[in-house]
Amino acid sequence: MILYVLRRLIAGLVLAVLVTMITFLLLSTSFDDIAGSTLGSSATPARIEEQKAQLGLDRPVLVQYLDWLFHAVRGDFGLSYFTSEPVRSAIAARLGVTLSVVLAALLLTAVVGVTLGVLAATRGGVVDRIAQGASLFGHLVPNLLIAIGLVWLLALRLHWFPATGYTPLGEDPTRWAASIAIPVLALTAAGAASLTSQVRGAMIDELRKDYVRTLRTRGIRPRSILLRHALRNAAGPALTVLSLEFVQMFGGALVIEQVFALPGFGSYAFNASLQGDVPIIMGITLFAVLLVVCVNLLVDLANGWLNPKARIR
Amino acid sequence: MSTAPSNATPARDQGDRHDPAEAAASRRSPLRRLLRDPQAVISAGILLVIVALGLLTPLITDHGPNQASLDAINADAGSHGYLLGGDKSGRDIFARLLSSVNTSVVAALIGTGIALAIGVAFGLIGGYYDRRLRAVTEWVFSLVMTFPGLLLLIVLLPVTNGDYRVTMMIFGVLLSPGVYRLVRNLVLSVRSELYVDAARVSGLPDRRILSRHILYTVRGPVVIATAFLAGASIGVQSGLAFLGVGPSTVPSFGAMIADGFTNFYEEPLQFLWPSLTLGVITASLVLLGNSLRDVLEGGRPEPSRITAPAPRPTTGLTTGAGSSGLLTVEDLALAYPTSSGELKEVVSGVTLSLEAGETLGLVGESGSGKTQTAFAILGVLPAEAVVTRGSVRLDGRELLGLSERELCGVRGRAVTYVPQEPMSNLDPSSTVGSQLVEGIRTTTPMSRREAGERALALLSRVGISDPRRVFASYPHQISGGMAQRVLIAGAVASRPLLLIADEPTTALDVTVQAEILDLLRDLRKELNMALLLVTHDFGVVADSCDRVAVMQQGEIVETGDVLDLFSAPRHPYTRTLLDSLLDENSARTDQPGVADESWQKEAR
Repeated sequence: MILYVLRRLIAGLVLAVLVTMITFLLLSTSFDDIAGSTLGSSATPARIEEQKAQLGLDRPVLVQYLDWLFHAVRGDFGLSYFTSEPVRSAIAARLGVTLSVVLAALLLTAVVGVTLGVLAATRGGVVDRIAQGASLFGHLVPNLLIAIGLVWLLALRLHWFPATGYTPLGEDPTRWAASIAIPVLALTAAGAASLTSQVRGAMIDELRKDYVRTLRTRGIRPRSILLRHALRNAAGPALTVLSLEFVQMFGGALVIEQVFALPGFGSYAFNASLQGDVPIIMGITLFAVLLVVCVNLLVDLANGWLNPKARIR
Repeated sequence: MSTAPSNATPARDQGDRHDPAEAAASRRSPLRRLLRDPQAVISAGILLVIVALGLLTPLITDHGPNQASLDAINADAGSHGYLLGGDKSGRDIFARLLSSVNTSVVAALIGTGIALAIGVAFGLIGGYYDRRLRAVTEWVFSLVMTFPGLLLLIVLLPVTNGDYRVTMMIFGVLLSPGVYRLVRNLVLSVRSELYVDAARVSGLPDRRILSRHILYTVRGPVVIATAFLAGASIGVQSGLAFLGVGPSTVPSFGAMIADGFTNFYEEPLQFLWPSLTLGVITASLVLLGNSLRDVLEGGRPEPSRITAPAPRPTTGLTTGAGSSGLLTVEDLALAYPTSSGELKEVVSGVTLSLEAGETLGLVGESGSGKTQTAFAILGVLPAEAVVTRGSVRLDGRELLGLSERELCGVRGRAVTYVPQEPMSNLDPSSTVGSQLVEGIRTTTPMSRREAGERALALLSRVGISDPRRVFASYPHQISGGMAQRVLIAGAVASRPLLLIADEPTTALDVTVQAEILDLLRDLRKELNMALLLVTHDFGVVADSCDRVAVMQQGEIVETGDVLDLFSAPRHPYTRTLLDSLLDENSARTDQPGVADESWQKEAR
């Protein structure tokens, strides 16, 4: 078990090295522009060369990458080209914002998706049609429009939540919750849509299986059959959807953070990329990959717990 | 049958949900069926009109999408020759809207095209050729899949310079693993089909087989995926444009929405038009994709409640009188709705009776309605089944018409069930022990610990010599014979009055069959239960039953004492069944071996 986790973590580290290397190689094609943009539009070619040398961008690409990697292993991700802020603390400060939005949305997605999916699969009729309609709506309307629609309705019309801005959790928990409410709802809408249809389909399949009938002949109550047996068996595929959902939400948070002016990971990455701030881009890439690796590992471990056949011996 | 309406529910008979006639109809002409589906026609029509408008932009508007005039800033609709008015920079909203359509179409073409090209090519190769190559492609694609796509697109902004065409190429690569998995799974399943084997044996080159046979099967799901891929591409392109990625001269819904958003209070319409168009386009793509899926792959499964079958209120139940037996089934009939909406009877007027402690064999060939009769007695018919008439009384109590809740008090206590296929009848993700304990605690007031001990005692009673190990095992860790013993243990846990065993030995090895039958016989005597033994095997009947009822096409054709029926069968069908028994040179080996010693043979 511990060996398995170790093996997965090592595979994850290899993946992180590969992804950051590819990103770096791709970025290296535009180092001239990047050096230029740190100086402003009036920079002369000679000045740009000088700046490249100063930033270390004139060395062979592989040397540069290995240099970055060795520093990164020791926890040093360098300084931002523009603000000279240490990348590590800058990312750590912003990751909290993004994670609180994404994790809250993931939790809400799981609750809404499983509830609607189970209801749709077992009640049929009107409940099923409403759940399917809601799920279809989440698929039909682009995430961006849902986000803007929610701002218009909940912030501008009803004044329930602020339209933009962020209050840190430590400062005021209530205002923190209010400030992430609309972003969380916007991310949940799309996530819950796919989870609902997944859970619905999986539950319908499970409830048609033989063991459900045999449990009924034992006098076991329908509630226990649904929740203790069928849902547990249906949860495996749902968890996989949820882990893909996490990756997507992490990407979706980019747009959402921009819409709601949240000082998160996504908007930070966006601005850094617009400027070509290489240390920040590399740090962000690494953190994102490691985060995804960890989430996938957690999902696989949870899957093993749910499904004895997938358990590692 | 072939003209069945598209909204008809498929007939379900004994779990078989595929009506051959309907399947043939669906194979006939997907395109024609698609044209009859209003959702498909409307969504495809809307898309065609929008794309056509985009292509005809130069003919429709006089103004370019970036042509701004100062006096047209926030102009009203219709003024300055601007059909929908001007935006905050004085550009023609209508012209920008149409040009944005073109941007979206190009984005969708690039994203979808690249995803399909890479995904299909590698899916075909990975699915068709050997494993080593597949391992490599698999690894690369799972690597691509782990990365948050939108983040990568943003991170690579310095490389793409925000050009949406380059961005869409990368996005296509990011979408390709989904297509790859889809195609690879399809190819793997087709590869082993006989006609592909035949083509390979007859010497067709791989290239021909791939393009002829395999691409043909793959095309339906790929068409469906295309609709969703296009929707995703358009969504991402707009999202990025909304963020302000790329030159402002490229007209895009995202950029228009962003402009409109900042100008929302003054001119809400500027925000509405691009949002509406974008929403209509993506909604049409999703709806079209759903229609394609329904037509090409058959309808989505319908939910079914866990519920007791409700007898039709119009047909009054016969109130049985006189008989004093343990189980009395009178004139029981049940039916399933067919695709044309009519009811098809699968059991028509079955009458049975069983005394306490008696063993009755219910015999007939498969499809004769034996199992359906058994399920009707237990009240566990599929939700779509309809009990059209009749009565089922157990110990004097009418069971038909009871609610699921009331039946829960009867099932497991008075009547229990042993299924045909042991493996699929245990919950795969709970241990044997926890399933037994749950059953015991539902039927008898016991603490968890007492129930656990009772379960262990039951396991050793049914001939499992290592009860503790089996108690802690999951179903996939024990053999089929052991699983059947576990199910029998669960069924007799509550000392029921009646045990219904549905072909309890059919799925087992020949050597185990006799032991299971002996076990059932011993337990019946020990607990003085009645046993309803559903079987197609007269050998089993001769061994275990007191009386026998012969079923054919949903009706009981003959009932009688086992000895009488064997010596003088009256119905021709009974005679045919008996004759076939003598012909087939029965494989059953009758070794009454003691169960306790035999476990080692089946233990894996």
